[in-house]
Amino acid sequence: MNNQGLFYFLLCVWLIAMTSCGSSPVGTAAPGKLATASTPDTSNWPSSFAFGHTASASYIDSIDIDIAPDGKGLPAGSGTATEGQTVYAVKCAACHGKTGAEGPFQKLVGAMGDTTKAKTIGNYWPYATTLYDYIRRAMPFNEPGSLTNAEVYQLTAYLLHANQIIDATTVIDAGSLPQVQMPARALFVNDDRKGGPEIR
Amino acid sequence: MSTSDNHQPEPGAGKKIHRRTILGAAASAVAIALVKSSGGQLVPAAVPAATPVAKAGAPVVPADATKVQGAVHGTLGTRSGFEQLKKKPTDTSSRSPLQDFHGIITPSDLHFERSHGGVPVIDPLKFELLIHGMVDRPMVFTLRDLKRFPSVSRIAFLECSGNFRGNKEEMTPQDICGLTSQAEWTGVMLSTLFREVGIHPKATWFLAEGSDAAVMTRSVPIHKGWEDAMIAYGQNGEALRPEQGYPARLFLPGWEGNTNVKWIRRIEVGDKPWMTREETSKYTEPIKDGKIRQFSFDMDARSIITFPSFPQQVEKGWIEIRGLAWSGRGKVVKVEVSTDAGKHWQTARLQEPVLDKAHTYFRYLWPWDGRATEIASRVTDDTGYTQPTMQQLLQARGRDMGGYHLNPVTAWVIKGDGRVLFKPEKWK
Repeated sequence: MNNQGLFYFLLCVWLIAMTSCGSSPVGTAAPGKLATASTPDTSNWPSSFAFGHTASASYIDSIDIDIAPDGKGLPAGSGTATEGQTVYAVKCAACHGKTGAEGPFQKLVGAMGDTTKAKTIGNYWPYATTLYDYIRRAMPFNEPGSLTNAEVYQLTAYLLHANQIIDATTVIDAGSLPQVQMPARALFVNDDRKGGPEIR
Repeated sequence: MSTSDNHQPEPGAGKKIHRRTILGAAASAVAIALVKSSGGQLVPAAVPAATPVAKAGAPVVPADATKVQGAVHGTLGTRSGFEQLKKKPTDTSSRSPLQDFHGIITPSDLHFERSHGGVPVIDPLKFELLIHGMVDRPMVFTLRDLKRFPSVSRIAFLECSGNFRGNKEEMTPQDICGLTSQAEWTGVMLSTLFREVGIHPKATWFLAEGSDAAVMTRSVPIHKGWEDAMIAYGQNGEALRPEQGYPARLFLPGWEGNTNVKWIRRIEVGDKPWMTREETSKYTEPIKDGKIRQFSFDMDARSIITFPSFPQQVEKGWIEIRGLAWSGRGKVVKVEVSTDAGKHWQTARLQEPVLDKAHTYFRYLWPWDGRATEIASRVTDDTGYTQPTMQQLLQARGRDMGGYHLNPVTAWVIKGDGRVLFKPEKWK
């Protein structure tokens, strides 16, 4: 690609990026911002520097552990609150309390509207899939990443039930978890600050 | 620091003792001892026999520094033993001593820290950054790869969005808002890597993931990646400190600290946010009408007077009021200082350089008449935004206002006897 071609290619990429962000309420970029001092002059750059190597599908699979709100990334397996109670008692209760409402760290349980002042799964978490994603990647604190997929499903079910969001027998799996409606979901709004004189 | 650093090791690292030293030793009853230099090697040092025993940790001062040889030069520089600069750590964060800074660059060992699973040890030779998802070519970059790309440097601040404490008078700038710091960051622009992998035209977000014990993740709008995001591997001219993400981190100028994912290992390009734990249950803030504000990326403009501040004591007469001002949205255009509890505001002098999304140093010369008063600063940035008072924030966000993105005007009470106390801001 010659320089002019590259310029138009980048312009297109940029315009598309800007346009698609326009539909996102959090997009804040102004057109002039692209020409900041920190942006390199790419006019004499090759189309590729050919540094780095192509990632294999197996490598990507080995570390791509995120779970999207639509359930993308959820593994096979399932769990119920009843199963999760045992895992919770052994691996979680020491930090989060006997029922999840006590702490000392991160009170997890407190249904929407109850008297707790803590931000709990029941009154503050907008997506159920976040539970699976976070528990699997970061918990338990003293042994992060050690839980089996089944244990994570079981704990997810246990915590949803403890927060009065599902009943004790609901099977949580890749199909049902994204369908769980979280009570706090409707409270979330995108950032409305945008600089200028107005205080928000 | 060991007290021996402040003795006077002889040049020559033990190979040869200069005649002058021996003469000096003879003349002033100086003993020669092997001590550890600042670089760690044993070197002979002239230890004046008459040196008084100092308190633990304090430098030993010779009676006359012109009459004994000074220290030899170690492999690392040292901070004067008279300067007791310290971060204030908790289990999960560590605050910068803003009141001790004379300029806009935060010394790397005093940069604030925040982590969600501690500070990991990453082997730079095994470091890899994967970029995949809605891309033409999913790719892996080693640290060496990253360093081969065209590089950029920029000086910019980094601030945690949960950076306001204000419940009592005995608080220092470090206590109030020490989770902000500034460095010169060097790395490769993320847009440069985006060119290499080819971003799908419909991509609108990317996920950044760290390789710490929390495997911490944040979703970032893709426009930030094209605009000014950087994969940084340099901090103030050297490699990143481990606490800042060694060997490489995401750096998003002006955006809340948590999005600047450290120890970065993976970027996934997509068309929706992932709704990770940090961007839903943590770095979000209750506002009016029971709503919770999410994806509050920009750090609004803020300033604080760092001198005089608690626990300093001032004297009647001329005082140069000093402080820091910054905005995540652009440049500082004005800092105003009030010395009469907000009745009148005067324009402070800004110290160059005044940089985009950067701590800016300001000064205002004030003849204090010795009467009790309050001093405060407020900044205006180039979007026309002026730092609000806590009351203005409460009016805008309501009584249930959350603890993130609080940037209120910060006032100091000057007592008639010269004591300086923070003016507490309680809102709950």
